[in-house]
Amino acid sequence: MNEKPEKLIDKKGLRLDGRKPDELRPVKIEVGILSNADGSAYIEQGKNKILAAAFGPREMHPKHLVLPDRMVLRCRYHMAPFSVQERKSPAPSRREVELSKVIREALEPSVFVEYYPRTGVDVFIEVLQADGGTRCASITAASLALADAGIPMRDLVVACAAGKVDDTVVLDLFDTEDKVGCADVPVAFMPNLNAVTLLQMDGILTPEEFEKAVNMAIKGCQKIYALQKEALKTKYMLIGQEEEVEE
Amino acid sequence: MPTYFEKKQLVTPGELLAEGDYLAGNNTYAENNKIYASRIGLADLDNKKVNVVALRSFYFPKVGDMVIGTVLEVGFSGWTVDVKAPYMALLRASDVLSRPFKPQNDELSQVLNAGDLIVAKIASYDRAHDPQLSVGEPGLGKITRGQIIKVTPSKIPRVIGRKGSMISMIKQETGCQIILGLNGVILVTGKNPEDEELAMMAIQKIEEESHTSGLTDRITQFLKEEKVKREENKNE
Repeated sequence: MNEKPEKLIDKKGLRLDGRKPDELRPVKIEVGILSNADGSAYIEQGKNKILAAAFGPREMHPKHLVLPDRMVLRCRYHMAPFSVQERKSPAPSRREVELSKVIREALEPSVFVEYYPRTGVDVFIEVLQADGGTRCASITAASLALADAGIPMRDLVVACAAGKVDDTVVLDLFDTEDKVGCADVPVAFMPNLNAVTLLQMDGILTPEEFEKAVNMAIKGCQKIYALQKEALKTKYMLIGQEEEVEE
Repeated sequence: MPTYFEKKQLVTPGELLAEGDYLAGNNTYAENNKIYASRIGLADLDNKKVNVVALRSFYFPKVGDMVIGTVLEVGFSGWTVDVKAPYMALLRASDVLSRPFKPQNDELSQVLNAGDLIVAKIASYDRAHDPQLSVGEPGLGKITRGQIIKVTPSKIPRVIGRKGSMISMIKQETGCQIILGLNGVILVTGKNPEDEELAMMAIQKIEEESHTSGLTDRITQFLKEEKVKREENKNE
């Protein structure tokens, strides 16, 4: 499993897990599954399994972090010790602290923070199982958790990565592709406002490849957005259907 | 200037609702002459105003709202009260005592203690200050009996019904007094616990089915059936 595969793309142009270069992993999203949180969401993207919970707006503690003119958004991205093959120490690592910041900054433009001064919203993201592209899946789930908590938002934020493996630009990299491949470009996107809220790049790409990767990632975002929206609506539609059965 | 939704359509944050000469109402926002939803809810057009009835929201204080809160702390010259809002509300001692408050004469915890429930009105609130409560009107003050039920604040209008039809029906059917706190806390006081329970069951049903139509009739039906069932149980 930990051996380095020689080729990431076979002769037919398919990837290690059998996907075409522009194909997403299967995505499953559920909203409102935690009863103690104000809002919550769960996402499975390939082998990724991630929970997100939102609390608030509520009084900010500690008090010195309060901002007089806006709501403070706090994010905590955390990987469970059992989320990867080698036990991960539960203490926040450098990478987790960075991802927490990056996710917060990807979500902040979508939230009307100026509506609720002197308050705070907390988003907790727990990675139960990781297989590459967790930051993107986390953003997608966290945005749903915020919407489920009833926090006013400009748009849902959805994220997807593209990258380069074996000289081919591919969509939605999984763990091995991410580690062995040449480059990874995660993009977070607000589909209705057509705005990018996160853009990172790790690796080397030519300007042409970069543009191709970004466009591919945005297309992937739009596909996930359809599922994300569906998941949010399903939660409220279910109640309506039960009603019809009764009558 | 088209609109992009049908009446009572379920919309998600960011969905484009209308373009052109429309006004942004509740839970929507306007940008570049376009109107988008900002919460999950049901879209509705009222003249030129696009509204979304939120399915998920929280209470945000507004001056004049009647709320039900829990006393958290007895302070030096008043109480801090939890009204299920993002801010702690303050209730001043002089407002409750209706006379000048002297710390050496009055023991505040004898008037209201931590854990007590109160019905109050929001007397003042702005972005820079926490809300202040007032209990200076009839019907406000400490709650001594009854039961409390909590619902999502955005569903309070549904519990009231059109021109109060729903709430007056429940009051009539169960013989309970019901006080609705706009922060989603409802106080039910009846002659006996059974009546209160019945009213609470009805309110719970409203919350679960708030976005379906013909609800008032269904709730009436439900209450009548439930009453018959109880009669039978008693006779057995």
